[in-house]
Amino acid sequence: MPVIETKDLTYTYGEGTPFCKTAVDHVNLSIEKGELIGLIGHTGSGKSTLIQQLNGLLRPTSGKVLLNGRDIWAQPKKIRAVRFQVGMVFQYPEYQLFEETVLKDIAFGPGNMGLSAAEVERRAREAAELVGLSEQLLERSPFELSGGEKRRAAIAGVIAMDPDVLILDEPTAGLDPRGRDVLLSQIMSYHKVRGNTVILVSHSMEDIARIADRVLVMNSGRVEMFDTAEKVFSRDGELEKIGLRVPEITKIMAMLKSRGWPVATALTLEQAVRQLIPLLKKGAHHG
Amino acid sequence: MVRDIALGQYFPGKSIIHRLDPRVKIALTFVYIVFIFIASNFQSLGIMVALVFGILLFSGVPLKLYFKSLKAILFVVIFTSVLNLFYGGGTTLVRLFGFMEITTGGVINAVFITIRIVSLILFSSVLTFTTSPTELTDALERLMKPLKVLHVKVHEIAMMMTIALRFVPTLLEETDKIMSAQKARGADMESGGFMQRVKALIPILIPLFVSSFRRAYDLAMAMECRCYHGGEGRTKMKVLHAAPRDAAALAFTGFLCAAVVFCAVWFPPALS
Ligand SMILES: Nc1ncnc2c1ncn2[C@@H]1O[C@H](COP(=O)(O)OP(=O)(O)OP(=O)(O)O)[C@@H](O)[C@H]1O
Ligand SMILES: [Mg+2]
Repeated sequence: MPVIETKDLTYTYGEGTPFCKTAVDHVNLSIEKGELIGLIGHTGSGKSTLIQQLNGLLRPTSGKVLLNGRDIWAQPKKIRAVRFQVGMVFQYPEYQLFEETVLKDIAFGPGNMGLSAAEVERRAREAAELVGLSEQLLERSPFELSGGEKRRAAIAGVIAMDPDVLILDEPTAGLDPRGRDVLLSQIMSYHKVRGNTVILVSHSMEDIARIADRVLVMNSGRVEMFDTAEKVFSRDGELEKIGLRVPEITKIMAMLKSRGWPVATALTLEQAVRQLIPLLKKGAHHG
Repeated sequence: MVRDIALGQYFPGKSIIHRLDPRVKIALTFVYIVFIFIASNFQSLGIMVALVFGILLFSGVPLKLYFKSLKAILFVVIFTSVLNLFYGGGTTLVRLFGFMEITTGGVINAVFITIRIVSLILFSSVLTFTTSPTELTDALERLMKPLKVLHVKVHEIAMMMTIALRFVPTLLEETDKIMSAQKARGADMESGGFMQRVKALIPILIPLFVSSFRRAYDLAMAMECRCYHGGEGRTKMKVLHAAPRDAAALAFTGFLCAAVVFCAVWFPPALS
């Protein structure tokens, strides 16, 4: 059974006013347990609006969100339970930090779940370790951390609730290249260790190509494509039409192929290198 | 959502009232406030009411919006008029609890005061509906300039008002975002007793303060980088110019004021 399903999900901002805007338009999705989904789309295509409906922060104008087969708005009073099951990391999450110490801040989410103090602390420490925050940082004030450390603390705050589904809205925005790589590998290892579903919104095609099992492409509030990364990124013409592009390396490999090189598509640098090295070696022997 | 709270009430438009010089509009609002109290009988009050309704129609702002601003002070209007029912001479109409009397004079008083308050609110609503906040502060700065003699920091006050107004929508948006983020972590803001609700505000207020200070610091830095040094010798990009229509508005108002004074003197006063 899919962990998250949407049925004709529609969201309109400012319904009933002259400025109304349908940001999500009859979206039907089905996401299986344990998948790592990459969500891409031009700016303003409705990605953030879509994901905020998945954990009940926004209530759909029409349509349904099913979590483990149950409509999340069946009992509006119990929507808080849904938010614990579907963890949401906002864009620039570091601005939500408020506690005296990093550890206390990470513990805010699990603390709201009504767990025992010992369990809350155990989860907070575990989450901090998962995102690579060292022990001595945990006792510091969150406002004394560097930007990248704050970001990790904020993400740990959501992971600590141990959600079945983790949604991250552009988690690598504004980080340096090294910070991005580290954060991405941490998300990947979190996904592997916990076996949980992860939805990652990103503007970086390289990041998405590197880690996503399936890629969801949004365009003006609709789902344009929802398929494996290979299949989505082989449709470069269509992607370009809706303001997206394929990873640089995928493009290069496609060009080589069109010039008669015997190569297949590649999504990451490593995949390309693996194909090209033997070819270049062979070329050197013959040449 | 927090964002839905209407702030300032500017309703963009191109009507003659919109295009009047904001200084003139502010000055006329003050004149109106003074003359609504000079108008002491129904004849003179009638002129004031006619004036405000004429302006309402010319402003091109939907009348629905004016009703909304009236609704906001409905309680005050009802309270004062009910209170006035019991004051005033004339013949007794109703006697309540033996000692409270509603008299003819009281009824007239109540009606009169209600009309006064409603016209006042409508007139000042015209000012805020047709003048953008920036225009307002700009005009205030200009009008308060004489106070400089008394070492009042007129420019600084106006700049502070402009900045505050500019950042209100930004802060509202930010509040929205922080609230969503904390709700996603299970913050419960809808239930619990009073103390619990106050406590629930902490995770929102602290990040809001932190980011406000950050913003203030950034803004100060940016202003300094562009060599902002206060009002001394500073020129304006949009200089306020009085146009013939402003003179016409002033002249017309002056004429009406004279008529109001005439009526107020000529006819007997209505208030008792
Ligand atoms: N609070 C709001 N009120 C009105 N319209 C909004 C609001 N939030 C978003 N929108 C509009 O809804 C549309 C979708 O916005 P959304 O934030 O979901 O886009 P996005 O795909 O997340 O974009 P980005 O990549 O820039 O984050 C946009 O056209 C936006 O202008
Ligand atoms: Mg977004």
